[in-house]
Amino acid sequence: MTQDRASRRLPVVACIIAALMLAIAPMPDWASPFRPDWVALTLIYWAMILPRTYSVGTAWIVGILLDVAQGSLLGQHAVALCFVAYIAVKFHLQFRVFPVSQMTATVFAILAFYQFILFWVNGVAGVNAPAVAYWGPVITGTLIWPLLTLFFGSVRYRARP
Amino acid sequence: MLTARTENQHRSQKTPALGLRLLLFAGLSILILVIDHRENYLDAVHRAIDVTIHPLRVIVDAPVAMWHWLGETSAGRNELRLENSRLKAERLLTHARLQRYSALEAENTRLRAMLEARTRVRDEVRVAGIMSVSANPFRHDLVIDKGLNDGVYDGQAMIDADGVVGQVIETGLFSAQAVLISDPDHALPVEINRNGLRTIAVGTGEFDRLDLPFLPNNADVRQGDLLVTSGLGGAFPAGYPVAIIDNVTRIPQEPFAAVSAKPAAKLNQVREIMLIWSIADEDVPETPE
Repeated sequence: MTQDRASRRLPVVACIIAALMLAIAPMPDWASPFRPDWVALTLIYWAMILPRTYSVGTAWIVGILLDVAQGSLLGQHAVALCFVAYIAVKFHLQFRVFPVSQMTATVFAILAFYQFILFWVNGVAGVNAPAVAYWGPVITGTLIWPLLTLFFGSVRYRARP
Repeated sequence: MLTARTENQHRSQKTPALGLRLLLFAGLSILILVIDHRENYLDAVHRAIDVTIHPLRVIVDAPVAMWHWLGETSAGRNELRLENSRLKAERLLTHARLQRYSALEAENTRLRAMLEARTRVRDEVRVAGIMSVSANPFRHDLVIDKGLNDGVYDGQAMIDADGVVGQVIETGLFSAQAVLISDPDHALPVEINRNGLRTIAVGTGEFDRLDLPFLPNNADVRQGDLLVTSGLGGAFPAGYPVAIIDNVTRIPQEPFAAVSAKPAAKLNQVREIMLIWSIADEDVPETPE
């Protein structure tokens, strides 16, 4: 039973770790403002699909790891990801029946909200950043969402016993 | 069947508390944020998590490191010979320059001894590699492969072969994060090498420009002036080149001139940097060999 659960968790945990690695992967300077919010996207998907396993608590832990990995203020991504996971879990039944286009639009809104929280924390802490650092990830994240769902879908069906 | 039932039980236990859990975790995050921003109680926690994150950094860095290694090992004999002769010539030149430098340093020490000034500081320099890991999207920063284990400390100055690069802001056990002088939140006390005029160089968020916002219109500053660290802030030892003034615009109705400078270091191309340990010297050798 526990082994079964562990084996079902492994693919998702691997996805989250991969997202963390992509979040710190090197990019050319011109492209780095357009790095998608890999971690946020991954959490939206898995919180929507498995809301009882991956929810606010998971998001918080992953957020703290992301904060340390990126050297941002400890708690910044954690609080933002908590809200993202909350929205994904709260409305997971609606999200699951959304067509791809509607879900993509929703993801755009969630990512914008996520960046707004980061922006707000930066503002309070006095960190200056160009506007593109906030908008870039929202745009690329939205564009990549349909592809990402295809990938996660295949992970999900392969992982299913 | 069994799993389905346990999932359902989970659901009945957990789902109603979702809002409560959000409140709890968001509150906790905000508490941590405030503590992390104001105090440094959380440094130990930071370091502990940093150690767990470190393998991810190594894995991310590995392909690039491998690529460089491959490039080095597969370089042809001819290429290596050319590089070798170039390096030899360079070494000769640097040595020639150093000879004069050591004579100057001896003279400086003598003069200082006459003036009974005791501000001499000896700098120890060690090379650190830059990990191909990008960090904070809201900052100009980089990750180096030396940490607390190698004696790196917060606020330590970093230079490359041409000038000041930045300073360490967050030290983990095996790696450290450093902010570049081009970061919009970074300000560096500098002086103009020609006349000793002191001012502050502020990052702009662009790799090839620093601003000097506090120079009055009548300040003696020209295009081409070299800025060096003044050592006033305490973080950077004095006398390292920072930038070269590339634009001076005096606006008559404004109190300050618009002055910008181009960093001497190649901020976005460095692969290796040098960390500086400043050692306040008690007994400066009278005649360095």
